[in-house]
Amino acid sequence: MKFLAKKVNGNSLWSDALRRLLNDPFATWSFVVIVIYVVTALLVRFNLVAGNWQETIGGSREAPDLAKSMLHWLGLDIFGRSVLLKTIQGAYTAMYVGLVSSLIAIPIGVVMGALAGYFGGWVDDLITWVSTTLSNIPEFLLLIAIALALGKGTTTVCIALGVTSWVGIARLIRAEFMKHKNREYVLAAQALGGGHMRRMIKHIFPNVLHIVIIGFSLRFVTGIKSEVILTYLGLGAEIGERSSWGIMIADATGELIQGVWWGLASATAAMFPIVLAFSLFSDALRDAIDPKLRT
Amino acid sequence: MFAYIVRRLLYAIPILLGTTFLLFLLFNVVPGDPALQLAGKHATPEVIATIRAELGLDKPWYGQYFDMLKQLVTLDFGRSYWTKQKITDMIWNGAGASFSLGFPAFVISTVISLILGLVIALYRGSRLDKTVVAFSVAAQSVSLLVYILAAQYVLAYKWSLFPISGYDPDMIQRWQYLVLPIMIFVFLSVAPELRFYRTIFLDELYQDYVRTARSKGLGMKAVLLRHVLKNAMIPILTNLVITIPFLILGSVLIESFFQIPGLGDLIVKAIANNDRPVLVSMTVLGTFAYIIFNLLSDILYALVDPRVQLK
Repeated sequence: MKFLAKKVNGNSLWSDALRRLLNDPFATWSFVVIVIYVVTALLVRFNLVAGNWQETIGGSREAPDLAKSMLHWLGLDIFGRSVLLKTIQGAYTAMYVGLVSSLIAIPIGVVMGALAGYFGGWVDDLITWVSTTLSNIPEFLLLIAIALALGKGTTTVCIALGVTSWVGIARLIRAEFMKHKNREYVLAAQALGGGHMRRMIKHIFPNVLHIVIIGFSLRFVTGIKSEVILTYLGLGAEIGERSSWGIMIADATGELIQGVWWGLASATAAMFPIVLAFSLFSDALRDAIDPKLRT
Repeated sequence: MFAYIVRRLLYAIPILLGTTFLLFLLFNVVPGDPALQLAGKHATPEVIATIRAELGLDKPWYGQYFDMLKQLVTLDFGRSYWTKQKITDMIWNGAGASFSLGFPAFVISTVISLILGLVIALYRGSRLDKTVVAFSVAAQSVSLLVYILAAQYVLAYKWSLFPISGYDPDMIQRWQYLVLPIMIFVFLSVAPELRFYRTIFLDELYQDYVRTARSKGLGMKAVLLRHVLKNAMIPILTNLVITIPFLILGSVLIESFFQIPGLGDLIVKAIANNDRPVLVSMTVLGTFAYIIFNLLSDILYALVDPRVQLK
């Protein structure tokens, strides 16, 4: 009977979304992959794994050798360092760029979009002008300009990616806030004496949270992919601090012709599952939590 | 209509000022004095001061910003720090190479992804649809760099089917160098475009007018060609117009790998050599082109879609 009583209370949007995600094998497996990468990144962060990646353990560019220790399984790089450890280090850089660039872009986008949509008038005009200005500079060129202004490095890549990419989410949030601000429940909150902040945060925000979560997930993938390209262009991580998949792929430009394929192959093989998992998970997340897509 | 165009044109002015000012700010906090860089190691303070005056660096910030706007209007961007060539000539030469690579790739990839997008939208949920979508999601999970590297290595180096890299400015000779880059460009564009077009076609296929046309006895082919395609063309056309500036800008990575002296290659070299004026002019010009094409796209949208309100 207790079980029945619970059922009648109904499922909240979030518990229902969770149930949908768990029922979707793609989403579950993607989530498992994401967790594995996050754990790896954390282990690297606290030097529990691959902290000794800069050690020389053999000859220059030794081919993968499964007979030797695990560190030799993916071969060695030009300095005789283990490609396996470099690849694991790269997971940290990728997750770091993905996370930090999203943590910059999404809050800016949400606040800007919320203010513009909620208040309208000159606030809206100003924010729209700023975001149109940003979105009218081709993203790639803006990234270069920001990277040059801030100096090269991983942090620069994150900031550049974050600052250039909040516009999309701001637009979505603005449209939602415009729609919601005159709904009955918001007017009711106002009638009860709720101020602007209360109405925006306590009442409207939970109704647009799904956009924020999906936006975050999508941003993360773009961050990982962009890190590789910016690093290749020489704007990213400085050699020495941390290894990155971008550096490994960039190194392969000269190495492939000498038959050294394992650096490129390892970086690609490491990047593929996490990007794929995030893309699939974003799609599943959208299907699970966007109430409008419910059938 | 005329009023709309004028209003849209006027709206472009603050955007243009905003973008150029933002870029001006960004480029002027770049560490390192360009005059010192140009003068070399053993320059006397007088020499440096002369160079500063020549470059206009001794002016107040609004003077320098005005110089930048003047450069854009007169299309005279001065000379490169690195090659000492006139930047306008460098851009003009690069645009030809970029366009030869970008335009054919753009046409081919658009046709392929439109056809594929329409077919998989028609057979939505079928095995074909699922396979194509899964393949394009998976294909997009590998970095662009890997495709370029692998194709260059296998097709050009190992199998010697194409020249490894290089370019010939001759109108006919250039194509032997461009075939492989164009193929890669097409391959890289089809995966994302395909899914975009699929969504657009799906949006249209489930509209009421399709059901009406079907129920009055029209065949699917007629509905597709006469109704769906026409309506879907609105978002497709406007999207295509926005992509055009990127064609001229070229594919930075492909050009750099195949040593095609286009605009993308120009940018990569300018980053490597810290060639500030080239970067500034490319960014400003690229932004200008983007604003113009955005404008065109908006006007086009208003022209082809009668639902857009012309207040």
